Amino acid sequence: MTPLLADTNFVDATWIMVVKSLVIFIVILSIVPVVLLAERKLLGRFQQRYGPNRVGPYGALQPLADVGKLLSKQGFRPKGAVPFLYEIAPAISIFAAVVTLAILPFGDVQGGVGLYGIDVPIGILYFFAFGAIGFYGLLLGGWASGSKYSFLGAMRSAAQLISYEIAMGLSLLGVVMMAGSLSLVDIVKAQGDIWFIVPQIVGFLIFMVAGFAETNRVPFDLPEADAELVAGYSTEYGGMRFGSYFFAEYMEILIISGIASTMFLGGWMGPGPPLLDPIWMLAKMLAITFFFIWIRATLPRFRYDQLMSFGWKILLPIATLNVLVTAVLVVVT
Amino acid sequence: MEASSRSEPRDSLIDQELTPAMLAMEIESQLPGATVELEPEQEMMTVNMGPHHPATHGVLRLVVDLEGEVVKDLKPIVGYVHTGIEKSCESMAYWKVIPFVERMDYLSYFFNMQAYCGAVEKLTGLEVPRRAQYLRVLHMELNRLHSHLVWLGTTALDIGAMSVYFYCFRDRDKVLDLFEMSAGQRMHTRYFQIGGVAEDIPTGFERKVREMIETVNRGIGQYESLLDRNEIFLIRTKNIGVVSRERLLELGVTGPLLRASGDAWDLRKEADYLVYDELDFDVPVGTVGDGYDRYRVRLTEMRESLKIIEQCLDGLPEGPWIADDRKYVLPPRSELSTSMESLIHHFKLVTEGFRVAPGEVYNPVESPRGELGCFVVADGSAKPARVHFREPSFVNLQALKDMAVGEYVADLIQTLAMLDPILGGIDR
Repeated sequence: MTPLLADTNFVDATWIMVVKSLVIFIVILSIVPVVLLAERKLLGRFQQRYGPNRVGPYGALQPLADVGKLLSKQGFRPKGAVPFLYEIAPAISIFAAVVTLAILPFGDVQGGVGLYGIDVPIGILYFFAFGAIGFYGLLLGGWASGSKYSFLGAMRSAAQLISYEIAMGLSLLGVVMMAGSLSLVDIVKAQGDIWFIVPQIVGFLIFMVAGFAETNRVPFDLPEADAELVAGYSTEYGGMRFGSYFFAEYMEILIISGIASTMFLGGWMGPGPPLLDPIWMLAKMLAITFFFIWIRATLPRFRYDQLMSFGWKILLPIATLNVLVTAVLVVVT
Repeated sequence: MEASSRSEPRDSLIDQELTPAMLAMEIESQLPGATVELEPEQEMMTVNMGPHHPATHGVLRLVVDLEGEVVKDLKPIVGYVHTGIEKSCESMAYWKVIPFVERMDYLSYFFNMQAYCGAVEKLTGLEVPRRAQYLRVLHMELNRLHSHLVWLGTTALDIGAMSVYFYCFRDRDKVLDLFEMSAGQRMHTRYFQIGGVAEDIPTGFERKVREMIETVNRGIGQYESLLDRNEIFLIRTKNIGVVSRERLLELGVTGPLLRASGDAWDLRKEADYLVYDELDFDVPVGTVGDGYDRYRVRLTEMRESLKIIEQCLDGLPEGPWIADDRKYVLPPRSELSTSMESLIHHFKLVTEGFRVAPGEVYNPVESPRGELGCFVVADGSAKPARVHFREPSFVNLQALKDMAVGEYVADLIQTLAMLDPILGGIDR
């Protein structure tokens, strides 16, 4: 039977698919609060303070307390906001983030079950597609809030998307060419001899920079630059709608980390029995997430026009050059 | 007031570049009912920043006209923390004014005290003992350090370097510990008295100051290594918000802002008050007058302050810490139970205060933000007839428009932070 939408490489039975998606969803969903806590704890350590330590042992229940607080808040909407878009925007963000989880491979096929949501041959394009849709969440939310700060934040996020999506795509193109496939599973398998971070170090660096821009993290946190725009696109949001944006942002960090480890750091590969594969993948993801947090504690913020010119004038040419060189080498060897 | 504010845009149209949006506003205000359609890129957006905004350093309100993200016009509106301190001073005895004036610019309380106490001392001709002068200089330089640390932290936070903020506040706490030790309070110490200082420094103070000097020196090294050659910090501050030295002088801007543009005007050198002429320190100046120079000037000033503090400790003379004129200075507590005369002086000073012969005096000091001057008018009574402060924050804020118009809104925040306004001082 011809698949309806897209081809897939390895298909499990439907009930396995359901169980798999539940497991991935629950695992990642419970990692997000951990990352949240880790960020606040680590920032505390970086900045010579304690970080949260009141709720639970070592402040471990702080994220739960935060979510509880956000949930109990009134679902407030400013007068000038566009009702439907204002409410749907955080949902778009969180949807786009969660959906991307499906393609992250946590292991090869083991015992007849692929340790990933789905292995689509368009793999990385899927990631880009939903990454771009995620920006609609910020854009619409900022615009629909009816506030000038939100509006500026939304415009910035649009500009940022355009400037960095291309560089990001080009940075991964080198890997795709070397692996000869768009499927994330195939790309990981192609790294059996050597992780792509070695031949594709330029691509990796560009991807990381663009990844920071994609997730709106320091030094590219312009859409929510708290000094200028109060809170940017999420200025007018409160309660769990704000929580959703927040959640989506951290989910996005995990996904960028996941993609980076898949594309450049050998994905699930690591010493030990295959059973450890998902652990390796998670460990690599968390290591990159740690890097995200570290950078946040270190760097100041770019200015809007500097960010644009950095994206267009520096990242894009380097990424293009990287692709060209890789293409030539792939053809020659 | 109403009329003048309405006619303002028209006047400014003459000497300013005419933007389509301004023209449209002008036409609409002249012809009732007329509307002018603008192309989208010509539209101005007026953003009301503050009084509650995370980066306005207090309750400053900025009405900013933006074209895209570029600032086209800017109007600072002050008055949201107007406390009426200057007026309240008129109903207080001279020595009761001190804790009031401290609370104006809440980051330079020792300077406020010195400006006011110095003015009253000039009026009364009271001589401050040398030990007290050294202690005053010591505390003022500690205060400058503390103020610059807060400035650096908040500025770095505005630019996005979050950790520097915490490091600065860590070191600032060391300075506040010293204030607590010598004066009993961390902020608003009321340490300076008319005629000297309230109390001698306790034992162990010197050791703690030297420890602090070491810690803060290390801290300044850390800030430098975090920011000095940080590429993002450099492109955010270099050549941003440049105003020529001449224009700054026209506006009456003083302090690090003026020094960053290359004018080595420092009242510690020029006005010759207290014992600054006996101390060896340099006045750092910038060359360009951009944000980076302002940052470098203040950071170097912190180093110089540490130098001055060290010299004050080394050269601290023995002797009384407050003048021995019972007409103006409270007698020591121990004398009250034995000396009738002391008791009378104490009673008179506490109930009525001392009287000051009619006259007026202006006493400027170099505060962390520039020339802080106190103008006191005496009418012969025990209360000042008028106390007025020339607040550097207030005067410097005038330059914000010159610095920020034509720059991006992010640079507006940066220049405002580099300006270091303290709203408590601006509104008084």
